[in-house]
Formats: sequence, structure tokens, C-alpha cells
Amino acid sequence: MENKDIILDVKNLNTSFISDQKKVDIVKSVSFQLKRGTTLAVVGESGCGKSVTMNSIMRFLGNNAQITSDKIQYNALQGEKVVEYQIGAIKKANGPEMRALRGPELSMIFQDPMSSLNPVYKVGDQVAEGLLQHTKLSKKEARQKVLELFRKLGIPDPESRIDCYPHQFSGGMKQRVVIAIAMICNPELIICDEPTTALDVTIQAQIMELLKGLQVNEGKSIILITHNMGLVAEMADEICVMYMGRVVEFGSLEDLFDRTAHPYTKALLRSVPVLGLADDQQLETIPGITPNPADLKEGCEFANRCPDCSEECRKGKIPAFEISKGHRVRCLQYSNFPEVD
Amino acid sequence: MTEKNKEVIFKVNNLKTWFPIKKGALKKVVGNVKAVDGVSLEVYKGETLGIVGESGCGKSTFGKTVMMLEKPVDGQVEFNYNGEFKDITKFSKEEMFDFRKKVQMVFQDPYSALNPQKKIYTSFEEPLIVHGIKSKEEREKIMERVLKMVNIQPDYLQRYPHEFSGGQRQRLCIARALEVMPEVLICDEPVSALDVSIQAQVLNLMKDIQKELNLTYMFIAHDLSVVQYMADRIVVMYLGKIVEIADSKTLYEEPLHPYTKALLSAIPVPDIHNKKKRQILDGEVPSPINKPSGCAFHNRCPLCTDRCKEEDPAMHLHGENGHIVACHKYDQKKD
Repeated sequence: MENKDIILDVKNLNTSFISDQKKVDIVKSVSFQLKRGTTLAVVGESGCGKSVTMNSIMRFLGNNAQITSDKIQYNALQGEKVVEYQIGAIKKANGPEMRALRGPELSMIFQDPMSSLNPVYKVGDQVAEGLLQHTKLSKKEARQKVLELFRKLGIPDPESRIDCYPHQFSGGMKQRVVIAIAMICNPELIICDEPTTALDVTIQAQIMELLKGLQVNEGKSIILITHNMGLVAEMADEICVMYMGRVVEFGSLEDLFDRTAHPYTKALLRSVPVLGLADDQQLETIPGITPNPADLKEGCEFANRCPDCSEECRKGKIPAFEISKGHRVRCLQYSNFPEVD
Repeated sequence: MTEKNKEVIFKVNNLKTWFPIKKGALKKVVGNVKAVDGVSLEVYKGETLGIVGESGCGKSTFGKTVMMLEKPVDGQVEFNYNGEFKDITKFSKEEMFDFRKKVQMVFQDPYSALNPQKKIYTSFEEPLIVHGIKSKEEREKIMERVLKMVNIQPDYLQRYPHEFSGGQRQRLCIARALEVMPEVLICDEPVSALDVSIQAQVLNLMKDIQKELNLTYMFIAHDLSVVQYMADRIVVMYLGKIVEIADSKTLYEEPLHPYTKALLSAIPVPDIHNKKKRQILDGEVPSPINKPSGCAFHNRCPLCTDRCKEEDPAMHLHGENGHIVACHKYDQKKD
């Protein structure tokens, strides 16, 4: 595939944190490609490294994080021309190069709208800040742009709401403001880190409709981090399942739901209560707990909880196998398929 | 549970829990947050009654009021003492003490429900000492028994809460609630702080314990699919009021209230071949301080009429299975 069709290309991304003089690997050789104009869902339980992966790409991590990668390439489309940015090679996480990318090209929506807004500034000013930073618009023009965006995002009565403070907004409206902050500079790639976990289901439905609209109508690319398999089924084109810092399965929506390959993905799908379960049906559980990332043994990270674990699974490094085009699984059950990495 | 031998354990009648809003130097009451505003229902022995609703609908306050952790401003909560109903809102301190042995609560956040400075042993011993079990041996026997029920080894008693994972901690909280041999367990969002794989473990465990001890659960949660999995009957609340009560299968298959329908359709389903058309509600839940007149749901309801704006709908009984709905237009199809 050409660079034009791929908006983000990540190869062999590793992130570790130094804690108590000990190096703990949180993200381990993560590779994926995001196609332009599609939604990639990153799924996994808490602590699996899904947020850290995205924060590594956005370079949001603190000084105790060590990020190494073969490639983190962002392809911007400027007219017909493709401009490549090597995010992995940018030295300063908060230098001018990175700052120029955040906002107009990449942006992020965080989980908790209550804490991602500054309580002492008016919401309109917080949204306009990005515009004033990245463009030469005057304050008045920026305000007009913010009003336009508020209208588009369905914030009622934007003329009066623009001068309100965050505490005057409800949870769903705050999340719309956070989305407005992410959208104001018209970025091509939006990373949403559990955008609706803190919200009620009816509000979640509203926000998801909004994000889907951005992708379908404006051709934005979206990375959706979530642990809700229902949302994944509704939103995603491709899915990346992570467990203990590794991508264990990657494939299209149909691959993952109809031809689920990795034991962890299978277990994850079966352990979610679904509406309409019969009375006597038991939920399947994944035995045990997620191991501590600081004292992992060699072999497959899922081995201790896996029903199909064998001797081989506890040795060395488990490679990924491509079982059909674009469907990669990190499990030795599929070792007769070609190895990829 | 069969239909015939239904024995009522809790009778809640027109329960109202309001929180006053005070202003000014004289602390004048200027309004009320009507968290629970006229709830009536019955809980049967041995069943799981699920209570669902969005945040702010009063489901947690309802659970706390039934435990008398919040004082209601009006209404009665009657508890079945071997066939005789006593109103717990009028209980004296001693009677309350005895009542708490029969009804226990499991809270949402297992991280803050256990004292981080005390060993599990101390946290577990306390309710037993309070409820008058004097011999140390007997206390330890009880502790061992309840820990066995939740699949935690008894020697873990000497550990501190931070040494346990979230799922283990929630199991510990359940075990502690079981120590005094309660008849009813009120669970306020017991799994919403847990990961999906752990959530399934705790839910299955709760079902097993219920069968073993013939417990009655009041299961409060915002996640309808979890409640549907756990509950025999489900109560749907909106702005402090009940909008629908039905057994969980009926509620899922033929919901009557427009809010229940919208709530069900808003839940994303992990099934890529049966994508349903979503019905998306406009707007948000209004504030419980200034409730809309008439039906509280009228400003978001797709079926709203003039009557809904003025008249508060009464509870209608629909069919024979105790399916109750509070809506003027629930049988619209027949009109």
C-alpha cells in the first residue's frame, strides 16, 4: 500500500518506565498501520498498555519513560502531495516540531472530560487556544470558528454557552467541548482514549454518532481506545487486541468477530454479558488475574490464564503469524502459518 | 423462582429522599434535590431485583435509603420479620442494629471500602465483635467460612488490602457482608470498577453464593447488560421515579416505556451481523432540582403529548406477569 493510503505507520514501538531503578517494559514491539479515513479500535483490559502506546505516539509521556521505535511515521496529505513526518525521530517531546503536529495534524480526546478542562477558564477560550497558537486568526475570528464548531457538535445555544465555565456543563456537554478542542484545528487523525467510559449510555450513543459522523462525512481517521466490545463492533474497521503490552491479535472487524483466533480475544468476547442471555447461561470467565508487568516470565504473557497452553508457550519469544491477509495472531497454535513481525 | 411461592421480604411504599439546598447565613432551605421521589415496590425473597438507570436517577440513594443510611422525608420501608412487617423508618437504634444483621451492603469501589491501614483480619473481625460474637475461635471459624465461599485462602487474612487485586478486593467485601448471615444483600454497582474478565468472575460467584445461601439481592447498576444477566426482575428508574418494572426477559423483549426502549437501543452490542438502528435520545437528564412538570421524561420523549407535559403518569399494570409501566402512551399501538 502507498503512503497516501496509510496515515500512521508504527513499527516496533517499545516503551518502558523506570521505577525504583528497575526498568519495566509496558509496550513491547507494537506495530500497526492505520489506513486513511478508517477507524482502528485498540482493545484490552486496564494495564495492557493501550493508552501508553497512544501517549508514546503523541509523545505525552514523562521523563521516566523510554520510547524506542524503528518507525513512527505520520503521512500528511497536502493537496496531492504526501508529506512524511517521522515522529519517532523527533528529539524533543515538547519542541516546536511536535507542537506543530499536535492540533493541526494529530489530536487526542481523553477519557475524563471532568479533568481535561481547566476549571478557571471559559470553555470558549480553551477551545480557541489551539487556533490562536496555530493560525494567524484574530481573537474575533477564532471566536466565530468556535461558535461554528459548537453548532456542528450539537452544543445547544452556543452564543451563550461559549462564555460558560466547565462546571456549568454536564458530563456529555463537557465531552463535546473536549472534542471541540481536539477538532478546532481540523486534524486528520483523532486518537480517542476511552471517550465515553465516564458517560451514561444514552450520552455515549450521542458522542459515538458524532465521532462516526466525523469519520464518514469528513474522512477523518480515528483510533478508538476502549474495552467495550460493543462499541468496537459498532465503530471499528480494524481491531488491535492488546494484552500485557503486546498486540496479540490484529485484523479487520470480520476477522476478529467471525474468525477469532487468539485464546485471549475469544475469552474476552465470551466474558462480556450480552443482552438477551438465557437465564441458566453462565458467563465464561478468564481464570486468574493479569500478571504484574514488572515480573513477567519468558514466553507468552497469557500462558498462565490460557486454556490451550502447552510447554512451548512458556519458552522464548512468541512471534506473530499471519493466518489470512491482514489478520495477525501472536499464538503458537498458528505456527504453521507464515511468521510476520 | 416460581410464581406461586413469592414471599415479600421488602415492601417500599411511596419512598421519598430529598436533600435540602440551603442558602444564606440563616441556612434557609431554598429547594430540594429530589433524589428519590415517590418509589413504591416489593422485593421477593430469594430473587435478584435489578435497579438500573443513568447517573443521577436516584438508584444509589434508593439503595442507601432502604438501608437507612439516608433518612427519607416520607414513605415507608417495611421489612418482613417472619411474616410480620415492621416499618424500619421508625426503628429505634437497637432495632436498627438488629436490622443491619439481616440486610448488608456491598459498595461500588472495593479500593475505598477496605481500610488500607488495617489487616484484612482486623477489618473482618470488627463486624463480628460489634454483633456480639465473643469467642475468638468462633470468630475465626466464621471468617474462614466466608472466605471459602468467595474462593480466597484463609491465610490471606494476615495481608493488607493493597496486596489484593481489584477483583479479590471486591470478593473480600462480599465476604465481609456475608459474615453476619444477612438475608438481603444490597449491591451498589459491585462490578463497575472491575475489568471485564474479572467482572465475569465476580458475577458468577455472586450467583453461586445466592443459590447456596438463598439470599435476596438488590443489584444496583448502570450497565443494563450486567443487570439483565444477574436479575430476575428489573426496575428502571428515571429522575427519582420508577418508569418500568418487569421480569428481565420481558423487559428486554418487549419494553413498554419509551425511556427503557431508548436505553436498550443505546447499548452497543458486540455482534457485527445484527446491527440495529439506534434510537438516539436528544438532550440530557434534567436536574433533579427543577424537574419538568408532568412526566419527568417528556422533554426527551419521542411520543410526548400535551397531557404528558401536565399530568404525572400513574403506574399501569400490563399483562399478568407484574409488568408495571408509568407512561400515558405505553399502549399507543392499540389506540
